[in-house]
Amino acid sequence: MKTAALTVTTPSEREVVMTREFDAARGMVFDALTKPDLVQRWLLGPPGWTMPVCEIELRVGGKYRYVWRNAEGREMGMGGTFKEMVRPSRLVATESYDDHWTGGETLVTTELVETRGKTTVSTTVRYATREARDAALKMGATKGLEASYVRLDELFTA
Amino acid sequence: MKPTSYTLDATFAALADPTRRAILARLATGEASVAELAEPFDMTQPAISKHLKVLERAVLISRGREAQRRPRRLEPRPLAEATDWIERYRKIWEGNFKRLDAVLRELKHKQKKTIDALLDEVKPKPNKKRRTR
Repeated sequence: MKTAALTVTTPSEREVVMTREFDAARGMVFDALTKPDLVQRWLLGPPGWTMPVCEIELRVGGKYRYVWRNAEGREMGMGGTFKEMVRPSRLVATESYDDHWTGGETLVTTELVETRGKTTVSTTVRYATREARDAALKMGATKGLEASYVRLDELFTA
Repeated sequence: MKPTSYTLDATFAALADPTRRAILARLATGEASVAELAEPFDMTQPAISKHLKVLERAVLISRGREAQRRPRRLEPRPLAEATDWIERYRKIWEGNFKRLDAVLRELKHKQKKTIDALLDEVKPKPNKKRRTR
């Protein structure tokens, strides 16, 4: 099956927007984005990471907490609070990493639009400051590097 | 000035404008003077100069040494850094979303099985006489 294209744009100096279509109804996609046992199966980042902790208190004012772990036992935690929730079309939440690499709180807005049984999800990540996005660059670089190393490993063992 | 920390914001800000992107596209084909750049865009030289200043501050372009024309030319590195970053970000999320596709396929399959089972229950069975007590 062909994979839907992911669009990544930077509409302003503090924002990143990702858009992707999914072959499922909106309610189902909303569930996959918000039910812990489902989120734990896909929100894993680069290869080699698992998500041992995924707690979601799905209501406005409710908190969520994610922890990822890699093969070497390194952990990365993140959490936030839900600010807006319109099931199944809109979700706004703050996002803050334990080690504060994003330089403060990030605001993540997720919008779901359904057309003929398919759902387009657009995620807007707004960083707190200009410096925050620079931190995201460093993180992206590290993560990307890790992913590349794993791919190299795969190449070597093939 | 730290190259990565200051250029990334400046790079994205500079790239946010369509005229500046067009100027970069033009300069990708070779260096050009302010007058040469102003012509195809149907803009005054001062207007073009303003855009060029933004691009220069973001180090997306630089000025040649030729005294009279001071041709502008493309500086490829910051542009590459910016696109690299988006590429890395995209790679991570492409992985996440592929797994999400698989989760959704499974949910749809389960939903279909549930619906089929329900339909099967309400369907009249041909060989059994059912009584509603």
